[in-house]
Amino acid sequence: MRDTLIQIAYLLAAFLFLVALRALGKPDTARRGMQLAAFGMAVGIAATLLNARIVSYEWILIGSVIGAVAGYPLGKWVPMTAMPQRIALSHALGALAATVVGVGEYCNGLSAGELGRGHVVALGFEVLLGGLTVTGSLMAFGKLQEILPGRPLTFLGQNAFNLTILAIGVASLVWLVIDPSNVVVAGVMLAISLAVGVLLVLPIGGADMPVVVSLLNSYAGLAAVATGFAIDNNILIIVGALDGLSGFILSVAMSKAMNRSFSNVLFGAFGSAAVVEAAGPSTAGGEMMSITAEDAALRMAYAEKVVVVPGYGLAVAQAQHQARELADLIEKRGGDVRFAIHPVAGRMPGHMNVLLAEAGVPYVKLVDMEDINEKFAETDVVLVVGANDVVNPAAKTNPKSPIYGMPILRVAEARSVIALKRGRGAGFSGVENDLFVDPRTSMLFGDAKQSLITLGLEVKNA
Amino acid sequence: MNPTTLIQLFVFLLAGFVGFQTISRIPPLLHTPLMAATNAMSGISLVASLVLAGAHDGLLATVLGTVAVACAMANVVGGFLITDRMLAMFKRAGADKMEGAVGVAAE
Repeated sequence: MRDTLIQIAYLLAAFLFLVALRALGKPDTARRGMQLAAFGMAVGIAATLLNARIVSYEWILIGSVIGAVAGYPLGKWVPMTAMPQRIALSHALGALAATVVGVGEYCNGLSAGELGRGHVVALGFEVLLGGLTVTGSLMAFGKLQEILPGRPLTFLGQNAFNLTILAIGVASLVWLVIDPSNVVVAGVMLAISLAVGVLLVLPIGGADMPVVVSLLNSYAGLAAVATGFAIDNNILIIVGALDGLSGFILSVAMSKAMNRSFSNVLFGAFGSAAVVEAAGPSTAGGEMMSITAEDAALRMAYAEKVVVVPGYGLAVAQAQHQARELADLIEKRGGDVRFAIHPVAGRMPGHMNVLLAEAGVPYVKLVDMEDINEKFAETDVVLVVGANDVVNPAAKTNPKSPIYGMPILRVAEARSVIALKRGRGAGFSGVENDLFVDPRTSMLFGDAKQSLITLGLEVKNA
Repeated sequence: MNPTTLIQLFVFLLAGFVGFQTISRIPPLLHTPLMAATNAMSGISLVASLVLAGAHDGLLATVLGTVAVACAMANVVGGFLITDRMLAMFKRAGADKMEGAVGVAAE
């Protein structure tokens, strides 16, 4: 009876989670949906406490209190700009929970002498995936938080080395299935999974982090699925599958947006962009034309349709609020301002949307790449703030360019473009940008934040 | 393969299919909240760690279980809080310019 009750509670929780994910399809319903999910979680946890295997609650209480105390600041105090590393950290926590449970269940089975083959397969996957997610996510966290150097760390024969290590890990899993009670092999497998996580993220640079964070999300989900199989728990299988899939879908979306194949991100074509760089001289040639803030502001003040293209430079300069204020001022004069969001504009999927929403931009003004691309032809002024590769027409026109084929915001179709840029040099990726020498483009040099403030003042006075 | 495992594979398959359909419909606008949300939900691994921490299966298992409870609970509490905080920022129109909202609705 008690077991049935617990299972019904899990069923309800799983249902509520799916409802929440469905509600996340629209910003209007998303919040209510997540409240339902939180309720579902509470029901699931409460039901678990009825489990007959639980004989005392003091350790549960200790763990819960520690977790809640640690979780509160993670939820309330972390700034939105730090979201990528915060998410990476919580992947590490989730995977650590899975790994530790895996090890614990293995020890239990060992001492009880009842380790079945199927059980060990599930536990093995749990520990293998969990372990690499723990260290991989911690590495990603370190790189994003700039505790570790953000540049890719590579060494000779890295891929061969990593694949060998991974193969040993899989081999020890197979060995463990044949000989479940071999503690040494189990230990080796755990150690290897931890090492693989470090090795996996070592060669990946800051710009590729969105893919890695999404991918680790996927692994954390799969580790949860394995836990579900190991302890015969359907809700873990369901939630793990949702988590894993969501991570997978996001990583595919991110790699597409960055013009990378999956294997390309994972098996080191990092820095290959620098190799090809010498190829493909810019087709347009020509000089950049600079514009004064006053003229730029005049053009925007009298424009009907303005599109702002924020890039990572905007987030680095913490200039979201200034961008929003400028947009408000233009709108007050009767212009229509939209923000064009490229999928990799931030450091993780959807990051730029959150940053702009935090600055007070209504979400109807935040337009995805596919939708805004049709609108550029009828746009009077495009204001590019700290974006470079994502607006580079070479991605469409120059087959020799390292970014050829990457989906871009088709800014060059607009009637005129104003680009805010620090200096005349090539951008972060070292790729020449034909947009900046296009006759319809005017450059406003200087610090992004300061330029936006000046533009705002000038628009007000115009 | 025992029947339970088989049923679990069915559950996995169906959950995956439903999940794919549902998650594919979430716009890029909400991808960061999505990641935070799935993170929070994956804290349901508490169902495993609570049992491990509460069953007296030896000190090692209890300690490991407690660590797992702490990690999963941190994800649950932090995950739901931050998702809610983010979603609260997504407003249809800025609070101070509701006439703008009317214009958008009329579009």
